[in-house]
Parts: sequence; C-alpha cells; structure tokens
Amino acid sequence: MNLHEYQAKQILRSGNIITPRGIAAASADAAVAAARELGGDAWVVKAQIHAGGRGKAGGVKVVKSPEDARSMAATLLGKSLVTKQNAPEGQPVNLVLVEETLPIARELYLSLLVDRETECVAIIASAAGGMDIEEVADATPEKVLTETCDPLLGVQDFQCRALAFALGLTGEAYKDFCRLLPALYRVFIANDLSLLEINPLVVTTDNRVLPLDCKMSVDDNALYRHPSLAELRDDSQIDAKEAAANAANVNYVALSGNIGCMVNGAGLAMATMDLIQLEGGTPANFLDVGGGATPETVAQGFKIILLDPNVRAVLINIFGGIVRCDVIAEGIIQAVKEVGVKVPVVVRLEGTNAELGRKLLAESGLAILAAESLTHAAKLAVEKAQ
Amino acid sequence: MSILVNQETRVICQGFTGKQGSFHSEQAIAYGTRMVGGVTPGKGGQIHLNLPVFNTVRDAVRQTGASATMIYVPAAFAADSILEAADAGIEVIVCITEGIPVLDMLQVKTALNVKAALRANGAKLIGPNCPGIISSGECKIGIMPGVIHQKGRIGIVSRSGTLTYEAVHQTTRLGLGQSTCVGIGGDPIKGLDFIDCLEMFEADPQTEAVILVGEIGGSREEEAAEYIRSSMKKPVAAYIAGRTAPKGKRMGHAGAIIAGSAGTADAKIRALEAAGVVVAQSPAGLGEAVQQALAAR
Repeated sequence: MNLHEYQAKQILRSGNIITPRGIAAASADAAVAAARELGGDAWVVKAQIHAGGRGKAGGVKVVKSPEDARSMAATLLGKSLVTKQNAPEGQPVNLVLVEETLPIARELYLSLLVDRETECVAIIASAAGGMDIEEVADATPEKVLTETCDPLLGVQDFQCRALAFALGLTGEAYKDFCRLLPALYRVFIANDLSLLEINPLVVTTDNRVLPLDCKMSVDDNALYRHPSLAELRDDSQIDAKEAAANAANVNYVALSGNIGCMVNGAGLAMATMDLIQLEGGTPANFLDVGGGATPETVAQGFKIILLDPNVRAVLINIFGGIVRCDVIAEGIIQAVKEVGVKVPVVVRLEGTNAELGRKLLAESGLAILAAESLTHAAKLAVEKAQ
Repeated sequence: MSILVNQETRVICQGFTGKQGSFHSEQAIAYGTRMVGGVTPGKGGQIHLNLPVFNTVRDAVRQTGASATMIYVPAAFAADSILEAADAGIEVIVCITEGIPVLDMLQVKTALNVKAALRANGAKLIGPNCPGIISSGECKIGIMPGVIHQKGRIGIVSRSGTLTYEAVHQTTRLGLGQSTCVGIGGDPIKGLDFIDCLEMFEADPQTEAVILVGEIGGSREEEAAEYIRSSMKKPVAAYIAGRTAPKGKRMGHAGAIIAGSAGTADAKIRALEAAGVVVAQSPAGLGEAVQQALAAR
C-alpha cells in the first residue's frame, strides 16, 4: 500500500526526523492559509498523488506569494495529474502539500527497501539525486552505493559513515546524515515498510541534510498490526476495479486487452494471460481467485471482470486441487445467472471432479463453452473475443 | 528414493486442530503420509484424528520422533511457528501459510541461517506461501491434490501452486510420473530455492529429469540456469510464467513483480535456454518439454 508524501513526512516527523515544514490543503483557500501560517516569501505547492514524475508533469511549483499559492492549488486540485509513471489516465489530485522552500546546495538520493537477493533491508544511496534511480543505475552504475543491513542488527554506524563519506558529506551535513540513517531504518522497521525512498535528499546551503520528498510503501501483509496506517489507504489513487477487488479480497490487476480472465493460483493466472497472447489475443486483466476458490469468490470475480467495458469474452481456468470442480461449476452457473453475463464465457476445468463439473455446465442451459484443454480454452476465448 | 521426505518420514502438523490443519492432515493421512501427531498450544493431551495433540513442538518431537512439520498457522503467528519447529530440531519445515509480513521472514531466514551455520544439519524450510512437498506414493505434506500424482521419474520444483499441478497432471498422463514435487512458494523471502532442489534432484537416483516452473521477479531462475549449465547432468525442462505481465505491478504473489529491467520472463527464458534447458512456450507444453529433454539426453 502506497502513502502520500504528506503522510510519509508525518511518519518521518513522528520518528524524530526533521523535514521541511508543510501543511496539506484540500482547497485553494486552505492553501493560502497554509502559506500564511508557514510564513516566509516563497513556498512550494505539490500535488499529492501516488506516483513519481510530478515535477515534470507540472504537479510541483514554487510560488512567491500566498495568492500564487491559491492559483496554483486551484489549478491542481480536482484535476487528474498525468505523469510518466501513471500514464495514460493519471490520478486525481485531492490534496496539495504547501511547504516552505529551502536553499539547496546539492541533491542526493537515498532509499531503503527489502532486497530479495540478499534477504536484507538494503540502503541505496547516490550523489545523483533528483533523477530516476533506475536510469542512474543503468547509465552510471558506479554512482549507486549500496549497504545491506543484517536483519538481527539493523544499520550500523560504520555503514552510515561509509555512505556519508562516499556521498562527499562534511561537517554538519555528515553528522546529520549519520543521525538520519539509523532513524530512517527505525521508521522502516517500526512501520513494516517495503520501500522508503527520499529523492531528493538535499544538502542546504548552510550544510544541513533534509528529506525534500518522501515515498513510502507499507507491506500489505503487515497492515493488520498497523491499524493507523491501514486508515491512510487512498482508493482514489488506484484503478476502480482494483479497489473493488481489494475489498473482495481477490488479486486483480487491470490490463488493456479484451479477454477477461479468472484463474485459481497466481502462477496459473499469469500463464493463462501468456497463453492468450500466444494464441493472438490480449488479456483484459490478471485475476487470481486463490487456491481455495469458492462459489462466492467466483461470483465476485465475475462482477469485477465485468466492470471493465472492454471485455469481449471471459476465460475461466480452474485446476481443482483441494477445490472441487463441481463446486466451482455451480459457482459459475450461479454467477452467470445472477450477474447476467452478456459476453461468451469459456470454461476450462481440470483436476478433482472435473468431469462432473463439465457435465453441470453442459446441462445448465447457459451459453457456457466448455473447453477440452488449456490450449483449446485460450483458442476459443481469442476466437470469441474477435 | 525421492528427496527430502519419504514413507519413513514422521510428520506433525502445527495448527493441527484448526480448520485448515485438520482438513489437510486428514488428506495427508488418507494419502499414506506417516502423520504422528500435531501441535496446538493449550490443547496438549487431547486426541485429534486419532493422533496425539501437543502443546509445543518440543513435546511433539520428544514423544513422536517427528522430523518434518507442516504449518497451517495464521500469518500473524507463522514466523514464530517456523522458529519453534527449528528450535525443536525439526529437519523439514513446510510452511503453507500465505501473507506473512516480509520483515518477519527476514528475521526467520537470518535465524535459520545462523542455526545452520552452527549446526552440521540445519533445518530446511519450504515456503512460506507454497503448496508444500510431495514424494509421489510416499509422503504428502501440503495442499496439493494427491490423486493427480503418480510415482515416477520426474522431479518438479516450482514457485507456483496450480502451475505445479499442471506439470504433475501432464507428467502423470504421459506415464512419466514424479519422484518429488517441491512447491517453493511465491514469496520474495523464502526457504529452499531452485538451486537447493536442483542439487538434491541431481543426486537422487529416482529422478531422471527435472521440471522447473518459474515466474517473473527476482533472479533465482537466472542463477538456477547458471547452476544447471555448470553442475547438472540430468536434463531439465522449464516454463516461466508472466511474459505478458506489466512492469511494476505485483501479480498476485508478493514476489512476482518486475522492477526496472530486472526480473522479466524473457531474460529468464534466455538464460535457461542458453543453459540447454528445454523451455515450454505454453504451460500446456510442460509434459512434452520434459519428454523432449529426456529424449535429447
């Protein structure tokens, strides 16, 4: 689950990390009030969406008066902001963050993430801040610094020093960095984050180090022990179909094709998408109803798939293991009757009680096409979607 | 022969008296697995499914001689259950539970690695978020349907549950059968990985060829390809799921995500093919691919 920048910075502050002072505003008036409250003679107005690339997309602007803050907020709020990362539809801007500006001398990059290769929390740092770190890593890998933290010990002082030296920090900036990194690590662990990215981390002209931006993702599996973080979920930032799937506890990812897929198991679901492509079609989604699919989850899956107006055919691929195919067949029949499916439905059942399941489908009197094999199912779905 | 578990393996279940634990223990017993008891804290001394229930894994090991466990404990408590099993000296720990927080798994893995370094024979963890392990006709520890399995020549190692069933179903239909199938699970931080299983299959006399089922995310398939090229004599067939998956999106499994240019299906397929692995273009072609790999030997 992703957090907004203003939420992430609140979490940093609660971890005793100094950030630029800022106030989130939901209206143009509130933006003016925020600028006045913060004081000073320049502010930055930042659109709050769950995507990077906001600056280049016009979502981050420096303003020189509270009235300019008003007009900038009015321009952004209520609109959809399209960036390189979230194209093509963009994401709605419901809040702007009005922040004090800082005199910036240098921009650095710093992130913490769970690294599957080393099975540690990894710290990535670079003197090339303010840029897409993946581009930096591709073009100039020597500019990317990495430290991995022993899960039982956490980040050590020598690692902080090594990074601070490598980033060329001196004096107060060096001390700030060596205080900041352990604090960030504690925030990472305490909040079960999977990503904490600060880009840029700035060195000010008076040689202090502060996070200018902050992106946080929380491990969904750990939300049960962070009820206050779970409340920060913002479904306006994700695809409506994906939000509905989250609510129904179904794994769903919206794609751009026209064949809706419902499969049990994530690997088989991906394989089904691949097979559709191999047969010349395009999948409309990834949908995993889970290894223990029930008639209820099948019905939910149907409803979510049919929210997508592009769907011209539905392919259901179930390998019954512990789940019995006759139970799934009943769920399909019930769902087709209940939801009123208008597009062709191709079903491939295999495994436990598959024959009984196919018989139930054939006798249902509904326009459900039973496929003989996985390949046949994909061919049939592609044909029907044309 | 087979790898990791066989008809002699004494198995307990953690979360024994719960709904999942009960159902899958019954299934395991029906398959012929040598179940010797189970653990549910607070229910020690009871009898469940005609087997003794213990309060702790230590008690269970002491009184039954169990060397393997299957864990059906809710995600919030599963990391603790893995550590409890390792502490009690269990050799094969199979964790079926899905949704364990990743930071918990980081700690568990580190603790297990430390234990393994201190002891000659550390515990082997399978999973979490996996279908389990089955040595066909001998021992089933997990949620896979036993009926599709047939004792035979193919070893299977897979990151996906239902895709493993496809591989099993096809090898059974072709009369090849399976030695052992290991579902290593879909989480980014997990126990046994491809190479661990490939090593064991290479050394197992019953296994004549191996099917590897991978998916997008991480680079373990690439590392497996390098291992196959340098250290394996037995033929290997493979399938990689997720060719059409978009970047940056998590495809169901927490581990199945393409980050930047790393972790794509195409890169994995190229690496495997370069190592002489027969890669099936479709999941429906896994059986034929391993047949082809066997014939080319």
